[in-house]
Amino acid sequence: MTKNTISPHYHRIQRSSGWSALNILDLWKYRDLFFILAMRDVKLRYRQTALGVTWVILQPILTSGIFAVIFGLLAELPSDDSPYLLFAFAGTLPWTLFAQSLQRAGGSLVSGREMISKVYFPRLILPISSSFSVVVDFLVGLASISVLFLIYKEPLTWNLLAIPGLVLVNLLIAVGVSFWISAFSVHYRDFIYALPFLVQAWMYASPVAYATSIVPEKWVALYSLNPMVGVIEGFRWSLLGQGEFPWISFGISIAMGLVIFLFGALVFRRIERGFADVI
Amino acid sequence: MAYPAISIQEMSKVYRIDPATGGAASRTLQEDLVDFARRPLRRSASSRKQEIWALRDVSFDVQEGEVIGLIGRNGAGKSTLLKVLSRITEPTSGYADINGRVGALLEVGTGFHTELTGRENIYLSGAILGMRRSEIERKFDQIVEFSGVSQYIETPVKRYSSGMAVRLAFAVAAHLDPEILLVDEVLAVGDASFQKKSLGKMSEVAESGRTVIFVSHNMGAIKNLCTRAILLDGGEVLADGDVNSVVQQYLVSSSENGEWHTEIAERTDRQGSGKLRFTGFQLLGLQESVVDAAVAGESIDFALSYRRSSDTFQSARIMIWLRDAFTKGLLRFGTDLTGQDFESLPQEGRIICHVPRFSLRSGRYYIDLGADVDGVKADRVIRAVTLDVMGGDYYGSGKIPTHPNDGDVLCDHEWTVEIIEE
Repeated sequence: MTKNTISPHYHRIQRSSGWSALNILDLWKYRDLFFILAMRDVKLRYRQTALGVTWVILQPILTSGIFAVIFGLLAELPSDDSPYLLFAFAGTLPWTLFAQSLQRAGGSLVSGREMISKVYFPRLILPISSSFSVVVDFLVGLASISVLFLIYKEPLTWNLLAIPGLVLVNLLIAVGVSFWISAFSVHYRDFIYALPFLVQAWMYASPVAYATSIVPEKWVALYSLNPMVGVIEGFRWSLLGQGEFPWISFGISIAMGLVIFLFGALVFRRIERGFADVI
Repeated sequence: MAYPAISIQEMSKVYRIDPATGGAASRTLQEDLVDFARRPLRRSASSRKQEIWALRDVSFDVQEGEVIGLIGRNGAGKSTLLKVLSRITEPTSGYADINGRVGALLEVGTGFHTELTGRENIYLSGAILGMRRSEIERKFDQIVEFSGVSQYIETPVKRYSSGMAVRLAFAVAAHLDPEILLVDEVLAVGDASFQKKSLGKMSEVAESGRTVIFVSHNMGAIKNLCTRAILLDGGEVLADGDVNSVVQQYLVSSSENGEWHTEIAERTDRQGSGKLRFTGFQLLGLQESVVDAAVAGESIDFALSYRRSSDTFQSARIMIWLRDAFTKGLLRFGTDLTGQDFESLPQEGRIICHVPRFSLRSGRYYIDLGADVDGVKADRVIRAVTLDVMGGDYYGSGKIPTHPNDGDVLCDHEWTVEIIEE
């Protein structure tokens, strides 16, 4: 019995040559897996409920508190007329989203190796879904910052409406970077150990604990190449409701984010074909 | 124009193994940097890598509705072929055209997470296997019913017994509805009654007109389910045709490519003084033909090659243990048991243990080898080889115990009745 038609599922299996296309169609077919994996990560994190949520709230508050004491109180750095705690929190919040999704997505291939060696699915789903699972943490953090604003009697403005767009660009950069990290971590297992250091160095190169205004004039151009600068400044503008929207640095963020994301995805796809053999 | 469901053309797969890292392919960045610092001009690791051909010029077509058994020894390339066909890994050269939706069951329970409930795991595992959410929703009740764990469906899987977890995992996989199904040895999990249920589900799939490629060491299952079999050896197709003749060819491989388990000589995890070391193992059937499996009720010879040190000795004792998968000892053969300890042995040679009627039922067993010289442990090789036993007609009645609790050992017996007079 032979089939007289070509099935819609027809495909040819062969060595993919060079920089294979991103295969968006394949990703779309597996969108349910993406949601289920992201939900799995969220559920697992919040299952031990009390501890899970507490940490998600406490971590950025404590970090911002430390920044407020060291940079605001001791070093007396400027905070653009906002309470330093709020100022630091407005930087820590997007940074935590970024750093957490790097951490989770960076290790996602290694921790999902059982799946990779036993089942086919678009491997890109693993880092992407791990990144998105952090959004829930971000929302919890956003809720807690609103409480802080009430305590400080600082007004929230319509600038808040920019947050979804800011989060999107933030994730674009995070997912893009994590493509590189996760792909390399498969071949170089010790790459994961270098990650916390990388994240920390990157944080000090971004205006998380301090304001961009303290960066010396001649360094500003170079400094702005860091795509997180625009994102964090955008968050400050949105949450603290002061000054102008940082159009230039945010534009750089979007451009850099797209470049990192697209090249990251291509590199990932290039290395991907050997994952199951190596992992 | 008719299209086959699967058409494989001269497909090869090469693995590069780096002997320096003991075969592990992933390296640390540190290692590569150090390598590069030492020999910046040489191409670092790649020059030292060995090539292993897991598949070599494999070509065959599978028509829609065919159920094909893929057989061969461990390392013959069966699993690699399934991995390539299910797109887990890419072929090095050649191609395969797949005309239909593929479902692969290479291992049950992939992606299961023990912290999640049964319900959550059904969705997770189903999605990983390629099911849409709506599809899982539609089949949810059937899956739960098949698994038989309905009352624990909201309980985290970590509280399940391993049997329950496997049943649930298989239930999800069994409800995957592909046009082409690739199955690798998944039936080897769970207890015998569950295996039977899985086999039943498999034959249901096979009879429903779907295309199936089925890898198994269980020749009984292969013969039951498949009409055609393909024998792989060293990554190449050795035989392709009617299931009975190919299985026969597999069981009675000719002596030149019969399996001498010489890897035993390389084992370093052995114990003993080394005054006598096993260097190889072979199974011999009738007329010294080399076979890959024993058959219950028929004669089998265990041939052990060895090398001994030049020291003189008084007595040498050779022992063979047959164990089940849980390392429980089932049988021991020994020169001490038959009173045949050796008083002299050539420096190198082959010792044969002849079993006139092999008495374990079909299944997979493990062989440990042991030698004592002058009462001192000289060599112990744990799990030296696996022993596959085919079901045979041990009792001459065509019957053999099948229930999991019937035990693995067969023993001649007769029944009589006597009248008790008051």
